Amino acid sequence: MNHIQNAATAHDEPVIQTRKLNLWYGDFQALYDINLNIRKGIITSLIGPSGCGKSTFLRSVNRINERLGYVRIEGSIDVMKQNVYAPEVELVQVRKQIGMVFQRPNPLPISIRDNVLFGHNLHNRDQKTSRSEQDDIMEAALRQVLLWDKVKDRLNHKGTSLSLEEQQKLCIARLIPVKPALLLMDEPCSALDPKGTEAVEELIWELRGDYSILIVTHNMAQARRASEECIFMLMGKVVEHTSTEQMFVTPKQQQTADYIEGRYG
Amino acid sequence: MFAQTKLNIHDRHVQSLVRTLFMLMTALLILPVLAILATLIVKGGSMISWDFLFSDPTDGMTAGGIFPALLGTIWLVAVALMVSVPLGIAAAIYLSEFAPDNWMTRIINLAIINLAGVPSIVHALFGVGAFVLFFGFGTSILAASLTLAIMTLPVVIVASRESLQAVPQAFREACWNMGATRWQTIMKVVLPNAISGILTGVILEVSRTTGETAPIMFTGAAFFLPFLPESVFDQTMALSLHLFVVSTQVPNVPEALPYGVALVLISMVLLMNSISIAFRMYLRGKKKW
Repeated sequence: MNHIQNAATAHDEPVIQTRKLNLWYGDFQALYDINLNIRKGIITSLIGPSGCGKSTFLRSVNRINERLGYVRIEGSIDVMKQNVYAPEVELVQVRKQIGMVFQRPNPLPISIRDNVLFGHNLHNRDQKTSRSEQDDIMEAALRQVLLWDKVKDRLNHKGTSLSLEEQQKLCIARLIPVKPALLLMDEPCSALDPKGTEAVEELIWELRGDYSILIVTHNMAQARRASEECIFMLMGKVVEHTSTEQMFVTPKQQQTADYIEGRYG
Repeated sequence: MFAQTKLNIHDRHVQSLVRTLFMLMTALLILPVLAILATLIVKGGSMISWDFLFSDPTDGMTAGGIFPALLGTIWLVAVALMVSVPLGIAAAIYLSEFAPDNWMTRIINLAIINLAGVPSIVHALFGVGAFVLFFGFGTSILAASLTLAIMTLPVVIVASRESLQAVPQAFREACWNMGATRWQTIMKVVLPNAISGILTGVILEVSRTTGETAPIMFTGAAFFLPFLPESVFDQTMALSLHLFVVSTQVPNVPEALPYGVALVLISMVLLMNSISIAFRMYLRGKKKW
């Protein structure tokens, strides 16, 4: 595409920077020459019709596409200036530094407390964390996702016993103790009712600044409400990347305007 | 507009006919179980006593108890389990959690299915060739138990693999995406949630092992022994073989004796099945997802 609006200015450090990223599922090319600079510390939303490659892109940032086995990638994705596809990269560290939130909340069938501390305990096995330190870490994480007051009296209940909205918040809370550089969210509200959606959106907005967040959404209103920059993708290509306000008020590309007005999608 | 037509009535009759017929067929399944139990209790119930369970056979096995056979069965099952359970669970974990989908895995799966279909008498002959003769264990508890273990391995593998695969994929994904390795994921999430199903499979396997006769009769079980086994290299008596012997090989056995032996054998099997079912219900009640 010719007129890609690049919103990152010179002094803004990118959290994700891709160069000529191409991706194939077998013979099918899903991403074409993706060149993006996604800014640090803000919420960027990825929108576009089904099958446009937005989820594929998200999943290639933390390299979970590879599990499928028949995926081929060319080009590079730098997260915090390091190519995650470089041969010396340790996948466990990629997964630790890049947290992921899924469409369907997927808390583990263990206690709420153990859910929040799962990642922390996994990555800090070489040093002893006392019980009270763990409690502090857990409380801070649950407070940050606005869940503490609701669950503080039942920390030993299973994570899977919570409501969907609370489960999704728990899934975000368990990422916080490992201090990820980046949070990827794949339609995090699409399994929730309107009230839950609102609550989780509010939470995502609260996390802005502390974390860089890349969020895929089908919901245009959500992209508009809950993101600062917006990327519109179509047929595996980036059509437009600009501030959310500009995207929805004065889109540069005709295709963007058509999509936003609901002419396809 | 909503009135019944003749066709509706006909359809309904057909359906109730089919339902009744199928229900009767299902009921037929329960009959043999009830008939077996009733016969055994009526004819052999009088044999059951403390003495019968815990004393030796006497008078050329026409009187006395079944203790050596009872103990021998427990030996055989216990040693067989010690071999087949770790092996079977390890194989199931590999197949469910690690194995790539390639020709090698498909061959392994095919082998498991075929192993399950091998008749028990063939297992017995294999046991003689492999364990009694080739490895030189002689006719012993070890050789008999290894034969039983190989025979029941497919059951353990299939039951374990199925309960591993019943653990939702989302749990694994959640772990992997937090940077857990496959092994950490298995230990922390997959196994704790699959263990109830695995144990159920194991217990069912125990009950099957208890009753097997063919695989042990050439490899380690004896008609009659004047002593109790002291190690896995000894021969032993076993309930299933004892039942065969007193039913067909020994003259002048009182009619109630074989029925008594059979009643003890089937009670052991039913007891273990009940434990397995109770256990599964308990764990299911606790599980939430």
